[in-house]
Amino acid sequence: MSDRGTLRIQRVSGHPGPVAGQGTQREDTVCKLIDTTTCIGCKACEVACVEWNDMPFRETYFDNTYQTMPDTQWNYWNLIKFNEDEHSDGSFAWLMRKHQCMHCADPGCLHACPADGAIVQYENGIVDFQQENCIGCQFCVSGCPFNIPKYDETTKKVYKCTLCSDRVGAGLEPACIKACPTGCLHFGTKDDMKFLAEKRATQLREVSGFKEAGVYDPPTIGGTSVIYVLHDINHPEKYGNLPKEPRISAAFTIWKEWFKPIGLFGAMLGFVGVVMHYVFEGPRRTQPLPPIKQIDPPDRAAGKEN
Amino acid sequence: MATSADRFIHRPNAIDRLGKTVVYAGELMRHPVYTRFLHWMVGILFFLALLSGFGIYLPWIFRFFTPLFGGGAMTRFLHPWFGIGFVFFFALQAINWAQAMTWTPGDSRWMKNIKDYVTRADSVESPETGFFNGGQKMMFWEVVCGSIAYVITGVMMWFPTTFGRIAVSVAYVIHDVSALIMLFGIFFHIYLSTFGEPGTIQAMTRGTVSEAWAWTHHPRWYKDVTGRDPEEAMKQASRPTAGDERTL
Repeated sequence: MSDRGTLRIQRVSGHPGPVAGQGTQREDTVCKLIDTTTCIGCKACEVACVEWNDMPFRETYFDNTYQTMPDTQWNYWNLIKFNEDEHSDGSFAWLMRKHQCMHCADPGCLHACPADGAIVQYENGIVDFQQENCIGCQFCVSGCPFNIPKYDETTKKVYKCTLCSDRVGAGLEPACIKACPTGCLHFGTKDDMKFLAEKRATQLREVSGFKEAGVYDPPTIGGTSVIYVLHDINHPEKYGNLPKEPRISAAFTIWKEWFKPIGLFGAMLGFVGVVMHYVFEGPRRTQPLPPIKQIDPPDRAAGKEN
Repeated sequence: MATSADRFIHRPNAIDRLGKTVVYAGELMRHPVYTRFLHWMVGILFFLALLSGFGIYLPWIFRFFTPLFGGGAMTRFLHPWFGIGFVFFFALQAINWAQAMTWTPGDSRWMKNIKDYVTRADSVESPETGFFNGGQKMMFWEVVCGSIAYVITGVMMWFPTTFGRIAVSVAYVIHDVSALIMLFGIFFHIYLSTFGEPGTIQAMTRGTVSEAWAWTHHPRWYKDVTGRDPEEAMKQASRPTAGDERTL
């Protein structure tokens, strides 16, 4: 879904050996900053996403909240999650969070993916799916701590937000950023966005009375290229199941990268074993079959009669 | 308790009637057509599932094995169906063989003395080895357990959103371990049926084995089906008969 001519690939899923051309160009890590404290839930970003990526509008449902659909879809990559957070003093707040791919620095989907080149991470930090290489195994679905990749039954491929890699590669900001009317969405280098986010969090703590305000950039997955400013950094789960410590299952890291090759080597020892057995011990032929001459090593011959 | 001889009496079913087993002089009937059919169906589907699964198993071998099945997406599409076929035919084989594969104290003794088997300490099997030896039974029960693991973990991996990402990532490891154990075992299975113990493979092709093979590898089964003493039969066979000019 992207333009390989303008974005250098840093990591490739299911690929033996290093990536060709890695590190030949200097590229800043890009980042999307989402300030949940200024989000008004207008869904302009959702519309911009659907329009830019030429996806059909989805049917919505009504469950007595402002939540228009339960989750993102294979062709609906950006969704505002509405949550009503009741406080202990009886007051309540609307917590609105723009939910999309987090573009992790250490992506669980990429670790899980067995198909060569189906998931790539560009040097600017964008994690992108290459559907032409996708085999539809859905390992990325269980690799992702944010429940982002969505499987399409018809094409048997998995899709997700591209961080508008086609736009970013051409020097433009992602479509959602362009559409945001409140300035809650920002786009730039990771360093700049971290600086801006920390400044906003400090302002919230010191001026606006949100004592727990902070920046969500989870270090457990090496940070993300989508960061949030939250009113309450200690309880990210309140914002529609945003995990506090997102983790990649060891099945996709330790098992896949270390024990799989060792295990395969171990299983192939069975082959070596039988070949060696044939050489050292030989077959057991049907009897009677008196040997013409048997040459044993001296110590072994001592314990045997024939 | 069924003896090996009981196992030998097989009531022919529809599959058996499709083919025939010719027992020549000096041979014994070992596997009927139905057993042979199931064995080769299991064997073919095992290798299809193994090779297609291999493509997905490790990035280093992805490009070696996926082209065999028409590319990565096709490999992924076919693998579960190969697996279902393997488990289906093996389940029928398990029912077919459940009685013959029942573990006995003799098999425990066989496993204890496995070193003698491996080093060929004796030229023939121990006299209490029946229709199947301890190693064969262990392999059979390993495949039973492995197939159960395949089905459970395979279904979880097939529908990951239903079972949740933690359960699926555990299933993924169990599926791999089961495959590695079976891959390890298949080398012994093929070796012992061909190079390691000559004369064995015809039990699964033509369905018969020579009497000499029977008293060498499965003495008690020989005794049960012929009523003769295997050691005596072997000695008799080794006695030079009139006209045998063999000099050694």
